[in-house]
Amino acid sequence: MNGTIASPNIKNFKDFVAFILKEMKPRGKTPFTLFNVISVPVILLGVVLIVYRFIKGLSSITNLSQDFPWGIWIGFDVMTGVAFAGGAYVLCFVVYILRVEKYHPIIRATVLNGFLAYVFYAGALVLDLGRPWNIINPIVGNKFGLSSVLFLVAWHFLLYMIAEFVEISPAFAEWLGFRRTRKILSGLTLGAVIFGITLSTLHQSGLGALFLMAKGKIHPLWYSEFIPVLFFVSSIFAGLSMVIFEGTISHKVFGEQLDEHHKRSYNDIVIGLGKVCAGAMFVYFFLKVLIFIHGQHWSLLNTKMGYWYLTEVIGLVLIPCFLFLQGVRHRNLMVIRVASILTMLGIIINRLNISVIAFKWYAPVHYIPSWMEIETTLTVIFAEIWVFRWIVNRMPILREAPEWTREEKTE
Amino acid sequence: MIDRRKFLKVLGAGIGGIAGNTLWAPPVKAAEEVGGGRELVAVLVDTTRCIGCRSCEVACAEAHGLPIPDQSDESVFEKQRQTSVTQWTVVNRFKTEKGEVFAKKQCMHCNQPGCVAACLVRAMEKREEGPVTWSGNCMGCRYCMVSCPFDIPKFEYNSWNPKIQKCNLCYERVKEGKQPACVEACPAEALTFGTRRQLIEEAKTRIYQNPDTYYHHIYGEYEVGGSSYIYLSAVPFEQIGFRTDLGTTSYPKYTVGFLYSVPVVLLLWPAFLLGVSQITKREEEIRRKGEKK
Repeated sequence: MNGTIASPNIKNFKDFVAFILKEMKPRGKTPFTLFNVISVPVILLGVVLIVYRFIKGLSSITNLSQDFPWGIWIGFDVMTGVAFAGGAYVLCFVVYILRVEKYHPIIRATVLNGFLAYVFYAGALVLDLGRPWNIINPIVGNKFGLSSVLFLVAWHFLLYMIAEFVEISPAFAEWLGFRRTRKILSGLTLGAVIFGITLSTLHQSGLGALFLMAKGKIHPLWYSEFIPVLFFVSSIFAGLSMVIFEGTISHKVFGEQLDEHHKRSYNDIVIGLGKVCAGAMFVYFFLKVLIFIHGQHWSLLNTKMGYWYLTEVIGLVLIPCFLFLQGVRHRNLMVIRVASILTMLGIIINRLNISVIAFKWYAPVHYIPSWMEIETTLTVIFAEIWVFRWIVNRMPILREAPEWTREEKTE
Repeated sequence: MIDRRKFLKVLGAGIGGIAGNTLWAPPVKAAEEVGGGRELVAVLVDTTRCIGCRSCEVACAEAHGLPIPDQSDESVFEKQRQTSVTQWTVVNRFKTEKGEVFAKKQCMHCNQPGCVAACLVRAMEKREEGPVTWSGNCMGCRYCMVSCPFDIPKFEYNSWNPKIQKCNLCYERVKEGKQPACVEACPAEALTFGTRRQLIEEAKTRIYQNPDTYYHHIYGEYEVGGSSYIYLSAVPFEQIGFRTDLGTTSYPKYTVGFLYSVPVVLLLWPAFLLGVSQITKREEEIRRKGEKK
């Protein structure tokens, strides 16, 4: 079989250690690929900056201020990163709940991506916490802030990471050749999926709900009591656009792992995803229009912030929505890919608007991220890609699962 | 068919959700005067009496071990100052239609504070006496700063072990029955300490007795659900640096709708998803059988 892996035969702990050590070795033909040459220095510099930040405090490398307590580490890493990770729960719904077989080939890559996104981007939160050693307090019960939206989001992040790990764990078991474990873990999938979708619904919207108490600080064109609903709906097409975008790159980079059947079905998958994006974006646009009309902010449109708002809502929601429709109608993958990139740009801008740009738009001195904040953000992204690549090169994520899994197919 | 085990699982999740409801439901107290059976303490700031001597700033710094400001330095009035990590209270000078006015700024000690509702570890606490205080189990997430309508909590960005710095209404003194340091230090009787109920009556009395002196509004009586610092002014409050667009809804109320919907989603979503999954599973089985034939 093209691209399948031979599972090891691990009998005891010694075998296990030996196997892991063997797998730690790099797989690439040359270490000097373009990605490595760029990412390694960025990651090394990022690590230095992060150490420096923990010794000297947040002001040493960030431009955060008393007026702008949250910068791009929250606005981009967490808010946008989690929205982009939304593809996992949407596809889990389609594949495991609706049982649409068509999307099965991409489910593992998507869930893995989602899982790593949470680990790294929500993990980047630790950089931003002033007193990160207290991060265990909301978990161990050193006083529960039950009326806090952030309490809910924190718990959901944690539980969702566990749920996603359970969802992806059969791939780990296949890699290690643990047949019995795999069977048990596969049996947990449906439960984890149902739990995961519920948690995602709540924390995707919860991230928006965080800003409900920033009333008066967020420009009226962006502030609305419906921010949670908008965050949830937009996470659907944000996540799927990420799946399309990531798939495009994965198919180039990891193309040799894919079998012919997968490659053939892939175009249909992208077109299907484009269709869902278009639908979700239309709903989102419609909600935006409704909220705008009810807000009665016509006069604000003809201001600088108004033009910026229109750029986001027309240029980066309505137009990509239309492009998705065109791409689906003419089965044009290129158009769908362009639409997905525009959509992702729109999501980045939307999340940054609410957390940074339209936040305290009236402030005389506005927050602009320092180059070091951007550098560390790149570090987090590159580190995630490294781990993603390491796993995809070793485990049955894109490639077919080993032969033995088909004999004991559960459900 | 949903088998019994799965049904019980879903039911369990649902009951958990309902139990979560009572836990998650934030305390939606009306803007009451009484907290935990006790009257809230408050400070009335009469800006018509303030002479801008900044004795309150000095007293505050002494009481809390902060750097003592130079009282004789008038240049501080040249620009509008915010409270900071080393200054829990600051006095600002405003040019108004009725001449120069001084106004003290510090934490308002809201009756239902946004910062307290925001805190996921209850490091920010509304004490039953009225003060809003900060304690060390804080994670440093700064959500309190995002949620404060008055932008009061200040964060030590330059420390590896940062604290949130803000006025605590001299909680340690108030507990012992003493007045806050700033009130005690005020030579012009611009600050009055008492129960919130008394002070609102006092403020109203001053307005009624001197209708031409005062602008007829008590800032903090209803703003964001009411606060323990209340202000009187001779001029409209926007002229002395106050936001008058904050509304009278307490800030935690803005998240109540979302928080109440959480248990509902936790209950209904899994049941719905499991139901759909059962339907599609049967369809799939039927389809598979069809393929075999």
